[in-house]
Amino acid sequence: MTTTAINTKKMTMIQGVRDAMHEMLKEHDDVMILGEDVGVNGGVFRATEGLYEEFGEDRVIDTPISESGIIGNSIGLAVNGFRPIAEMQFLGFIYPAFNQLMTHATRLRQRSMGRFTVPLVVRAPYGAGVRAPEIHSDSVEALFTQMPGIKVVVPSNAYDAKGLLIASIDDPDPVLFLEPMRCYRSSRTEVPDGKYNVEIGKASVLKEGDDISVFTWGAMVIDTMKAVEKLEAKKNVSCEVIDLRTLYPLDKETIAASVQKTGRAAIIHEAPATGGVSNDVISLINDTSFLYLRAPIQRVAGFDTPVPVYSLEQEYLPSTEKIQTAILHAVDF
Amino acid sequence: MLEQFPMHQIINEEGEIVDSSSMGDITTDEIKSFYYKMLRARMLDKKCVHLQRQGRIGTYVPYEGQEAAQIGSSLALQEGDWMFPTYRDHAATLTFGHSMRNLLLNWRGRPEGNVAPEGVNIFPPGIPIASQLLHATGAAWAEKKRGSDRISLVYFGDGATSEGDFHEALNFGSVFNTPTVFFNQNNGYAISVPMKRQMKTKTIAQKGLAYDIECLRIDGNDVLSVYFATQSAVDRARDGKGPTLIEAVTWRYGAHTTADDPSKYRDQKETEARRETTDPLLRIERYLKTQEAWEEEWLTRIEEEITLEIETALTEMESYPEPDLSQLFDYVYDTPTWTIQEQVNNHLAVQGRTTQ
Repeated sequence: MTTTAINTKKMTMIQGVRDAMHEMLKEHDDVMILGEDVGVNGGVFRATEGLYEEFGEDRVIDTPISESGIIGNSIGLAVNGFRPIAEMQFLGFIYPAFNQLMTHATRLRQRSMGRFTVPLVVRAPYGAGVRAPEIHSDSVEALFTQMPGIKVVVPSNAYDAKGLLIASIDDPDPVLFLEPMRCYRSSRTEVPDGKYNVEIGKASVLKEGDDISVFTWGAMVIDTMKAVEKLEAKKNVSCEVIDLRTLYPLDKETIAASVQKTGRAAIIHEAPATGGVSNDVISLINDTSFLYLRAPIQRVAGFDTPVPVYSLEQEYLPSTEKIQTAILHAVDF
Repeated sequence: MLEQFPMHQIINEEGEIVDSSSMGDITTDEIKSFYYKMLRARMLDKKCVHLQRQGRIGTYVPYEGQEAAQIGSSLALQEGDWMFPTYRDHAATLTFGHSMRNLLLNWRGRPEGNVAPEGVNIFPPGIPIASQLLHATGAAWAEKKRGSDRISLVYFGDGATSEGDFHEALNFGSVFNTPTVFFNQNNGYAISVPMKRQMKTKTIAQKGLAYDIECLRIDGNDVLSVYFATQSAVDRARDGKGPTLIEAVTWRYGAHTTADDPSKYRDQKETEARRETTDPLLRIERYLKTQEAWEEEWLTRIEEEITLEIETALTEMESYPEPDLSQLFDYVYDTPTWTIQEQVNNHLAVQGRTTQ
């Protein structure tokens, strides 16, 4: 982390997101925001509140409701001197723009041998647990971690959200910036004024421990911390909890160092189990730390089903009970 | 709609001027230079089809028949403007300043084919149909935001108008009044699917009406009509009057690519007949003859000149250094991620190599 900031304020994550964009719009004329309802309305989650009033309609732009159009135009703007922040209202609505990301935004640097580059940030609220309508709760980060040319970032608190979003806007390549909706107002953290970076590709050790490394990200950080707290209160077990924060590229050093210390690992995510990012974490542990392992790696994930309507979403989401069971299974192996 | 959007011509199939009022003050020498550029493109195209047959290049996408549409339109652009081609628009990109050697490298599976000389704003060809239209509105929007008078021109075919991105781009262009020329080459077929299965409308130009933008329908085989129509669209864009949709009606003589056989889906007699009727080069030849400005020795001379240019580019292409692994690994991200770095090293180690 590098910082020039002094004062701090307690903020929710959504305020941290807004603060990052405010900072970057203020400092850099080439930064602009595009999306549906980002202007006059200030964003459906208030992420862009007040930005339209402060920076005007040429920089905070209400677009047609046209996901491919938003990303496609952002590509044209990005190769021609601007740094667009494109908002997808929900990650579940990104699919019409998939082609623009897969065949253009992420490949232009390579296709043009570096002539054209796409410094684009795509922000998207995501995840289940907020009783949202159908399709609004998808957690499809793994569709993008397998997309060469993009980085995938997921903060879970205000401090990380601001620092990571600033780093994403400053990044010369496309970044998918995922915002777990359940974290938007679930906690407040101290956030410095001004510009600071949280480095992309670096995980955060939320809690040190000796017996097992629990890797998670997004809204599952909330449940994992709860589960660990409950478990440590009743059992003699010490858990290390790591918020990965960046899903591509993963923080190899932090993951390996933790597993080599604890000898056990569990990975918690709400996306479907098959093809989930957990598999990359397991593979990384296998490559770096196989002989340190004292138990099979545990995985608690969503089902291989579509995210259900909200009457069933608590069945779908990994529960604190499941997380505790998995941890104990490894520790007692 | 056919009455509302008649196909505008300046020079008809017989080489006769049918609309002298739209010709500005173009000189015979300029028209001869248009012919030169069309001949250059046609000779390159024929050469490439042969090179593919000989196995010297890979699958090739021919444009023969569409030279007027591509060259007339590209000549209306100025340096600094943006061109967004498809994979069939290398007559346009060549004319706008792409390097012939690099174009040939493209058909040899080399990324250099996507890289035009420095300062020439040509995007890598759009491969997924219609997806490039949105980049054209975005790049033009950027120029407008900067207050420059540069514009963008984007090529696409008849089939592209069935894609969502076509409509999203026209809509964005319309809503944000971007300086963009949407240049449609309607060659009647999307590979094998004819226009009547692609749309019920009789014209493509009319689709611009829904977006309240200027729309024109022209004879895409008449290089003068193409040039002046595009020029007017470019001027409107530069003047802040927003986008234009141009439907240039044309015909592709050959296959969609060298990997297909057009006789399976259309009567090639029509193609053969068109070589004698609607051909873009022939009508200029006929016109120049009516002006007594056609000389066989001029033709021989420019054919020799172009042959030499093509042979030189071909030699350069075939003697171009082999690709190295940096083209695979070094341009995915500004700085390769650790996973890519590890993959490079493992790849080299298995092969007993130490450097790319």
